[in-house]
Amino acid sequence: MRILGLALRRLAASLPTLLIILVGLFLLLQLAPGDTVDALVAQIGGGDPAMIDELRRFYGLDASAAVQLGNYLWRLVRLDLGFSAIYGKPVATVIIERLPATLLLMSSSLALAFAAGMALGIVAAQRVNRWPDTLISTLGLIFYATPSFWFGLMGIVIFSIHLGWLPPGGFEEIGAGHAGLRRAVDIFWHLLLPTLTLALIFLATYLRIMRAAMLEVMTLDFVRTARAKGLAPTAITVRHVMRNALLPMITLVGLQAGTILGGSVVVESVFALPGLGRLAYESVVQRDLNTLLGIVFVSAVLVIVVNFLVDLAYARLDPRVGAG
Amino acid sequence: MDFLRRYLASPPAVIGLVLLALVLAMAASADLLFPRDPLGLAGRPLQWPLANPRFWLGTDNMGRDIAAQVFHGARISLLIALVSTALAIVIGVVVGAVAGFYGGIVDDVLMRVTEAFQILPNFLLLLVLVAVFGSTLTTVTIAIGIVSWPASARLTRAEFLSLRNRDFVAACRGLGMGDARLIFAEILPNALPPVIVYAGVIMAVAILLESALAFLSLSDPNVPSWGNLIGAGRSVLRTQWYVSAIPGVAILVTVLAVSLVGQGLNDALNPRLRRR
Repeated sequence: MRILGLALRRLAASLPTLLIILVGLFLLLQLAPGDTVDALVAQIGGGDPAMIDELRRFYGLDASAAVQLGNYLWRLVRLDLGFSAIYGKPVATVIIERLPATLLLMSSSLALAFAAGMALGIVAAQRVNRWPDTLISTLGLIFYATPSFWFGLMGIVIFSIHLGWLPPGGFEEIGAGHAGLRRAVDIFWHLLLPTLTLALIFLATYLRIMRAAMLEVMTLDFVRTARAKGLAPTAITVRHVMRNALLPMITLVGLQAGTILGGSVVVESVFALPGLGRLAYESVVQRDLNTLLGIVFVSAVLVIVVNFLVDLAYARLDPRVGAG
Repeated sequence: MDFLRRYLASPPAVIGLVLLALVLAMAASADLLFPRDPLGLAGRPLQWPLANPRFWLGTDNMGRDIAAQVFHGARISLLIALVSTALAIVIGVVVGAVAGFYGGIVDDVLMRVTEAFQILPNFLLLLVLVAVFGSTLTTVTIAIGIVSWPASARLTRAEFLSLRNRDFVAACRGLGMGDARLIFAEILPNALPPVIVYAGVIMAVAILLESALAFLSLSDPNVPSWGNLIGAGRSVLRTQWYVSAIPGVAILVTVLAVSLVGQGLNDALNPRLRRR
């Protein structure tokens, strides 16, 4: 209970930050040339000034900036993200349609990067400064320096075009009418390459942190004690060192939640996935600022939620957090 | 000298330095080797590398010389990376210094703003900025600087928090020094080294951000950029994959060089942390 309270307090502390983001974005939008009505009018191919004024009044755009800001925040509180002139439906609906693909991509890449980074980090730490360590660290650096979209494209060239093993893009086979397990398998094959692409960028960071944390913990007194009382090396690594070395890894998940969302914009564009990231790209191209703002809002909330979960996990792994 | 010796003793750092020198040489020699407009029509489109001695990296789907674009692209990438990193460091240092020096409510407000920037996915914020201000070379560079500063603000703040109560600060205050002079002339020089070292990371990310933006054709279309070329090569990926592959290698090498040099500087400046 105490842990939950602590995490909830941290959650409450992020509300002012969210407010800063929203006000900042609203002011930024005021600088943008053209508003919703301009986009609408452009969409329907022009209109007379009287109708444009009428529309402005209808959307509340004739009020002062302060009143508009108030309205905007009040609408957000009610989870009303406005209307997308381009898609012809509420922004919230558009976003909810696109959210599952992104969440699936994000969580699977995160899981992959976390697991692989942990495993490789452990191996590197145990053979520190010998060839497995050097090899793993070098590979990690190269992955880190590779632009994700390029990695994705080369993956398509090799695995889809030359070898023909994987589909080159899309979320599932359109019109195949798969259901249940077959559909899940189909989606799995489609998401394999995008997940790998997105995970590889973060793998390097996770593996580096894991390696450093392992090396750090291995020098502590309690590990020497464990060794002295005759525990097997594997037991020491798994039960004593790893558990403590996981703490900085968990912190990293919270820190990188935003970066993964940003990375999914590019990866979803490469693989033509119907997710939030590609929606963000499309709304920039189509100048649909309402949708873009909605996505940024949802992303910020998503990052805050991930950090909330990280706080909970942290307290579970390290009892001292809850007790302190 | 001691610093230089320590730096050169690390093989990765030396490799990074060599790679960086290579990229710099490419940028410097671009005008000399490829005096013509790199975005102009050079020959028949889609000639494979080495197929025609005039275009040793081939031509893209619009008949432009790939080698010329890669060389000129090095300039644009380095220019954007340098300027936006400098901008990010300046914003970060000023925010971090003021927050760390004054503490209290000023610190609270500034750190909330920093947090706001950290919560927003930086690529999404970059998209918003480009959507609002348009995508010219100048706006893209400034936008990348704006999304990259929070980490340097946090670093500077941490340094200031530990430095502001030192004796030399009290001594300067006793001499009647003003806050601005105290912050920028006395404390800042002591706080700067970790921030400067971190610049390597910011720069590597800046190059990747710009190339991703250009790949989505949301960066300046009128300058030769590696990301632009990769994006252009996408339409012929099935058969002429080299159009996208070659500039990607250039990005990889540059980001690798910048990160290795940054890491090398870090290790040479903090020899105690070296073993990790």
